[in-house]
Amino acid sequence: MAVTQTVEQPASRRIVIEPVTRVEGHGKVTILLDEQDRVKQARLHIVEFRGFERYIRGRPYWEAPVLVQRLCGICPVSHHLAAAKAMDQIVGVDTLPPTAEKMRRLMHYGQMLQSHALHFFHLVSPDLLFGFDADPAVRNIIGVARKFPDLAVQGVMLRKYGQEIIKATAGKKIHGTGAIPGGINKNLSVEERDGFLKDLDQIFTWARDALKIARDYSMDHLKELADFGSFDSNHLSLIRADGAMDLYHGGLRAIDAKGKRIFDHVDYRHYLNYIAEEVKPWSYMKFPFIKALGPEKGWYRVGPLARLNTADFIDTPEAEAARQEFMTLTKGKPNNITMAYHWARMIELLHSVEKIRDLLHDPDLQGTDLVARGERRPVGIGLIEAPRGTLFHHYEVDDNDQIVRCNLIVSTTNNNMPMNRAVEKVARDFLEKVEITEGLLNRIEVAIRAYDPCLSCATHAMGRMPLEVEIVGADGRLRARGGKGVEIR
Amino acid sequence: MVPAEPVLLIGYGNPGRLDDGLGPALASMIEARAIPSVTVDVDYQLIVEHAEQAARHKVVIFADAAVAGPEPFAFEPLAPAPVEIEFSSHSLTPAAVLAMACDLFGAQPVGYTLAIRGYAFDEFGERLTPTAQRNLDEAAHFLIDALQSGFQHVNISRALYALDL
Repeated sequence: MAVTQTVEQPASRRIVIEPVTRVEGHGKVTILLDEQDRVKQARLHIVEFRGFERYIRGRPYWEAPVLVQRLCGICPVSHHLAAAKAMDQIVGVDTLPPTAEKMRRLMHYGQMLQSHALHFFHLVSPDLLFGFDADPAVRNIIGVARKFPDLAVQGVMLRKYGQEIIKATAGKKIHGTGAIPGGINKNLSVEERDGFLKDLDQIFTWARDALKIARDYSMDHLKELADFGSFDSNHLSLIRADGAMDLYHGGLRAIDAKGKRIFDHVDYRHYLNYIAEEVKPWSYMKFPFIKALGPEKGWYRVGPLARLNTADFIDTPEAEAARQEFMTLTKGKPNNITMAYHWARMIELLHSVEKIRDLLHDPDLQGTDLVARGERRPVGIGLIEAPRGTLFHHYEVDDNDQIVRCNLIVSTTNNNMPMNRAVEKVARDFLEKVEITEGLLNRIEVAIRAYDPCLSCATHAMGRMPLEVEIVGADGRLRARGGKGVEIR
Repeated sequence: MVPAEPVLLIGYGNPGRLDDGLGPALASMIEARAIPSVTVDVDYQLIVEHAEQAARHKVVIFADAAVAGPEPFAFEPLAPAPVEIEFSSHSLTPAAVLAMACDLFGAQPVGYTLAIRGYAFDEFGERLTPTAQRNLDEAAHFLIDALQSGFQHVNISRALYALDL
């Protein structure tokens, strides 16, 4: 359990939020107030650690794509694919057979669809539909189901479609084995393809509707959202060689808050030349930064907002039209509005459906050339754009085929500093010198939730772990506690 | 939605975390028996689309590992959670799945939980502890008997099997 450094400071009071509801993983937000009830410091702490990188040492490399799915029950497919991409390099493969790459891409777009749908419809929509201050007994998915049943059903069915694609491409829902070093272990049968095509028109309709909801909400509430938890930052993502958004593969591009490129089309196998990680004593989660800028100025955002900002274009027509409208809001410059993550996420959801359609019509998915082989290499590095952002897997394998070193930078870790900045911004804007209410504390969670964090993943732990908020005054006494069951003192 | 299929068994948990894999292990054992009219599903955790799946069945059995409680297992009826149910994660409770099956799909499946007692959860590893394995075997024997008999012989004392020991 992490202990804040600030508890013993006599002239401060502390606010701690633990757990933050509707985010994955376990964390704690502490907000330290001074004697004038002004926010002195606000931090998001991550309080569990299980050392997955150590656990995997000694295991044969071909087990990695399956083993890493134990990291997280929420996005196992992202870890499965990132590890498989790393293992492609271990077995000396730089180019997969077309069927293998397209099957992996189909799996990935299914993952993107199900994850984004769940986050928007079931974790975020209660805040948007009922308001940040609504009764928490209503401000949840059951409340949405009762007042907006069609919307809740759409969320379920979109997610289900994505999950079925994962099952068809990965072989099974848990501990999928689809992606293997150098390729894939199955293709898509005509029967499976036709089953997905049958429902595609309905999926498109729901995806377009979801984008419209996110877009309209953002535009209708632009004045209040523009500054909510917002700040300038760098942005990082993979990018295709021609500058298109590519969620499965590409080179690394980083831009600053104004859009100036910091580096571009970097071969991600050299990421250690560009990215470093800082450790802070009050969190188990590390703080990545761009080496050239240093830890103070080099932190960056990843995920849907960053991807929209870094991409020159999207290669599917409906998502590209939506991207152009999205970028118009900031006159083509990077969008640094934290709450714009939701709009960006729904653009990606529609893009994923367009990609799924294109892949289902591609006969390569019924191909039979599934695996390539090359000359063994000692190092494998695989990156992918997971739903929450750029995911790094790095392995070293000895001559006995055993993994001897593993380094993971998961999406939520990349967003560690931005989430801390968002917490601090909201705390200063809303919690100073006012009566603390559940609605005010929920604003902290709203800001964190925009990043769709998966804290269990980020701390290499598994299972369901919540987040809490506590406020402690300058006299050291607890003033309020948020998260499950708000307690105001 | 009118339930068209008789029984759904959902075994859930993480097989990579020792006894947390009891639910998926039970699901595998039941699936291997290919009992007519029983649909078997397995997942890391309960999620929203299980509500849609549950709504298509008359009876839903949620099989999970239990960190505490009766040994070797407890089989109990389950009611949908009340309105103030808390939804705090990507994952749902069994009661919330039933509530969503009702609220979203207008179905009222009969729910049961089968909580198999486990003992070790904090390490990575794809194996069960010996005592958990014995609990699993007893739970599987009980459930196969109940499913094959169409629950005809499952009365409340049998259902609360563990408590009667």
